[in-house]
Parts: sequence; structure tokens; C-alpha cells
Amino acid sequence: MTAFYPPDTKPSQKSRSTGRGGDRAVAFLTSSAGIAIIVTVVLVGVFLLWQAIPSVMADQVSFLFSREWDVSDTDDLRFGILDLLYTTVLSSVFAMALAVPVAIGIALYITQYAPLKLAKPVAYVVDLLAAVPSIIFGLWGIIVLAPVIQPVATFLNSTLGWFPLFGDGIKSPGTVFTAGVVLAIMILPIITAISREVVDQTPLLNKEAALALGATKWEAIKMVVLPFGKPGIISASMLGLGRALGETIAVMIILSKPAPNADFNPSLFAGGETFASKIANNAAEFDSPEKTGAYIAAGLVLFILTFVVNAIARWVINRRKEYSE
Amino acid sequence: MSIKTATPRPPTRVQHTLKPISRRRLIVDQIARWLILAACVLALIPLAWVLFTVVTRGIDLVLSVEWWTQSQRNIGPRDYGGGAAAAIQGSLIQVGIAALISIPIGVLGGIYLVEYKEKKLVKPLSFMVDILTGIPSIVSGLFIYALLITTLGANRMGFAVSLALTLLMIPVVVRGTEEMLRIVPNELREASYALGVPRYLTILKVVIPTSISGIITAIMLGIARIMGETAPLLILVGYTSSFNANPFSGEQAALPLMINVERGNPLPPGQDRAWAAALTLILIVMALNLGARLISRYSGTKK
Repeated sequence: MTAFYPPDTKPSQKSRSTGRGGDRAVAFLTSSAGIAIIVTVVLVGVFLLWQAIPSVMADQVSFLFSREWDVSDTDDLRFGILDLLYTTVLSSVFAMALAVPVAIGIALYITQYAPLKLAKPVAYVVDLLAAVPSIIFGLWGIIVLAPVIQPVATFLNSTLGWFPLFGDGIKSPGTVFTAGVVLAIMILPIITAISREVVDQTPLLNKEAALALGATKWEAIKMVVLPFGKPGIISASMLGLGRALGETIAVMIILSKPAPNADFNPSLFAGGETFASKIANNAAEFDSPEKTGAYIAAGLVLFILTFVVNAIARWVINRRKEYSE
Repeated sequence: MSIKTATPRPPTRVQHTLKPISRRRLIVDQIARWLILAACVLALIPLAWVLFTVVTRGIDLVLSVEWWTQSQRNIGPRDYGGGAAAAIQGSLIQVGIAALISIPIGVLGGIYLVEYKEKKLVKPLSFMVDILTGIPSIVSGLFIYALLITTLGANRMGFAVSLALTLLMIPVVVRGTEEMLRIVPNELREASYALGVPRYLTILKVVIPTSISGIITAIMLGIARIMGETAPLLILVGYTSSFNANPFSGEQAALPLMINVERGNPLPPGQDRAWAAALTLILIVMALNLGARLISRYSGTKK
């Protein structure tokens, strides 16, 4: 065996250990990067908790069920997240409801209908939507889009106004409705990309079998492609929802802040503040640990909310993977 | 069945049992086709509309040389003039530092996930990267605020922004690297091992060169993502209209902050500057995106 080695790298104990030394170095570097990431994520949770707890303990009203938010007097902190939670969830779910059908349509078009030459450009253009920074969506949403969709809002309000969700709101265009439409545009690419990928994996034979039995194209999609892609589409929608929940700057630009102590208005056409926009709106106010703690507590709830939504999304898709592989 | 009874039926009867597709089913099929096509068109409208708005409202200022070379220092809210150079500089510094930290950690983390599959930390790491992917940008800003500013007593500064952006960029790079390493065929690794090459050299000389273009694409997409982030900047750094190249002290401009400040100025010069800054930001982000796609299309790794 020794004959195969060049003279200067005789297989002595030393030259073998060189390889191991390099192995150890690379293994060490990569695993420390891994550990650094794990530690950072744990730290995020720990720090947010640590900074939030004192303020939540000092809170004079119920943190979860109060609608008040007044942290100007650090000896008398009064803050609750009920309104924030409502606006955050309403705007995000509304956005998801708008975006999912469109995303499914695009995914089906790209994978089932589009001629090969057109499929890639369409997919690319939808992906480009994700490249537009959110602050630009916010600016465009309130200045350009809001006046255009205002008639739709007025129409819904006048015909379905008896339903609380479409009840009377505010005059300004900075409503949850506008924010939801803009959020829908922003989460469209992520939902489309994942749905597309899943729908594309439908076994061709199943689809051809349906067509051979005389199904029309739509029937084949309804009976084969959509059931196959369902877990993936649900998971994609949840990931989109997670994005919408945490979106900050676009929502902050669009939503009009309600007057302090205003009555609770469940309508889509009311203003409001989400967790993220509340924190961003008051970033300049972070001057004492107690005040900051109140906002960090709100951020922590947002963190948990997005975590749960994303975890459900991953659970749904992973469960399918186990079956299909 | 006996042979006698097996008299073949006249073929015409067989054809009669297959009815043509009913009109209702055909109509439903056509409606579905058109709805799906409409969904595509509906998605293209906002993109075209946003780009059109930003370009038409911002192009005048962006085309001037001043815009790219000067800051907004000493320019009043009623005056035109000055440029976005300070904001561009600030953005590049903050994003540059974030990239310098995230690239090694992200790429090494991705290598760990694929090349050291047998290690115990792979599962928890993958889980943590998933969490990091979903973390809202405002929460990453709050975390850095809680860590650096409340706990360690630092001031608001550009470097804090870089750290928050790092948190947002790392998962993009890790996932991108991971995906690219996964499509490197195992035969390549095995061939290398069979030649007696140690694992680390296999990674460095075989696996990474094969997937380098994909990794670069992932990095550029990561940079494009954090370039337009605004939320952490609102919390972590003050805005200034002057140049400040030092990320460790004082206020620092950045393009998203400039848009946010100028949009608050209701006078035409402010509005024009907000749109022009938006156009500048879109140009940079789109250039990074296109670059990433070109690299992945015209080089080594193929999916």
C-alpha cells in the first residue's frame, strides 16, 4: 500500500491525523454555526420574556382582555392587547381569504393550463411581487390603491351594513379593508410558490386516468389535483397568514389610528392598530424599561402567534410527506 | 359463457353507450378555465401598477446626478435639491455588515444540515431555522433592542440594525444553501470518498464548487430581502439627512427610513423624494433579484 503515496505524504500516523484535523476543523466550524443559530433563537424567546414579564406584572389591567393602552405613567401601566389582537387577526385572515383563491388559480394555471413557454415567465412575475419592499406596498396602498377600492368598500357597507363586519367605519381610506387588500397582494407570492410546487407533484398517471375516464380538464383538477395538493395548499395559506400577521410597515402606513378610548368597532371599514404597527408607531417612546416592556410584551404575543401558525403549517405538510414517501 | 352465445354485437350499439360530455359539464369546464386565467391576470395587475406608479412618480429625481451623489443635508421641506446618497450609503453599510455576518453563519449552517446529517443537532437546528424564517421583522428588531440597548446599554445605531437584519437573512441563506447541497448527487461524494479524500476536503473541493452558483443565488436573495426591511430600522436607529459612515455611533440614514420620513412631508418636494427613494430601493432590490436568477440560470448547478 505504501507505494501509492507520494514520498512526502507517507502514510505515517502524522499524515493521517492531518485529514482528521481538517475534518475536525470543518465539523467544528459548521456545528458552531449551527449552535449559534440555535442559541440565538432561544435568546430571542428568553430576552423577550425577560423584558416583558416585569411590565406585565406591573400592569394594572388585564393584559390579555383589556382594550386600554396607556403606558405614559410608568407607575400606573395600563395596557391590554385585545384590540391589537382583533385588528391583527382580522386584517390577516381577510388578506388570506382574498389571496388563497387567487393563488390556487395561479398555481393551477402555471402547472395545468399554461403552455410551457408561458409557465415560467408567469411564475417569475408572481415571484417578483415578493421582491417589492413592503414600505413601497404601504405607500402605494394608501395613496394610489385606497381611493380606487373605496367604492367597493362603500358598496359593501351600504348593502351588507347590517352585518357587523361590514358596519359603518371611518371616513378616511386607512381601514382594515385597505390594509387587508394590500396584505393579500403581499402574501400572494408565498402562497402561490408553495401551492405551485405541491400541485406540480400530482402523479401524472392519476390525472391521465381521470381524463381517460372521460373527465373534463376541470373535473380532473377537482377530483385528482386539488385533493392531492390540499395539505400543501393549506400549509401554504398558513405560511401566508404568518407573514400577514407580522407585517409591519405597510400596515402601519395604511391603518388610521383610532382615537384613544374610542368604542370597539368590529367593522372591516374601521381603523385600528395591529401588534406590529402599534410597536412601530411608538418606537420613539421607548425611553423607560417599563414602557418598552409593554411593547415587548406585545411583540412576544405576536412572536407566539406567528410561531403557532407556522408550526401548524409545517405540521400539515410534514404529515403528508410521511404518507407520500 | 359458451362460444355459441358469443355473437358479436353490432359496433354501433357500443358507441351509443358513450354519451358526449353534457353541455353543463362543458360549460363548467370553460368557466373554470376562464376563472383560473382571470386569477393570473388579477395577480399581474398590482405588480404592474406598483411599478408604474413608482417609476412615473420617481423617475425625474432618480435621473439626476445629484440624487446619487448628495445628501439631504440643509435641504428644507419646501425645497428641491439634494439627493439620496446618504441614505444609499447607510443602507449599503447596514446591509453589508449584516451580509458579512450572515453569509458565513448561514452557509456553514446549511452545510451542517446536509453534510452532517447523522449529528444530533440537525433536527433542532432545522426546527430553529424554521422559527427564524417565520419571525416577524419587528420582533427581530425588538429582540436586538432588548439585548443591545436595554440590557447592554448601547445607543441606537446602524450596527444594531445590521444585527436585526442578520436574524432575517440567516434563514434565507441556510435554506438556500441546504437546498443546493441536497441536489448535489451523492455519487460525487461517494466517488470522492472512494478515492480516499477526507470528508472536509470532499465538502470543500467537491460539494461546494458544484453548488456554488446556487449558494450565491441564495445569498443575493437574502440580501434583497433585508434591503427593503423597514420595521427594525424604526426601532433601532434614528434618521439623519446627513452622511454618516460610522455604523457604531449616531444617527444613520437608510433608504427605507428616508421613504418613511419624506412621506410624512405633505409638500410636493417631500412626496417626490419619497417616490424617488422608493424607485431607488426597487431598482437595487430588483437588480439583486435579477442577478441572482441570472447566476442560477447560466452556471453550474441545475435543478
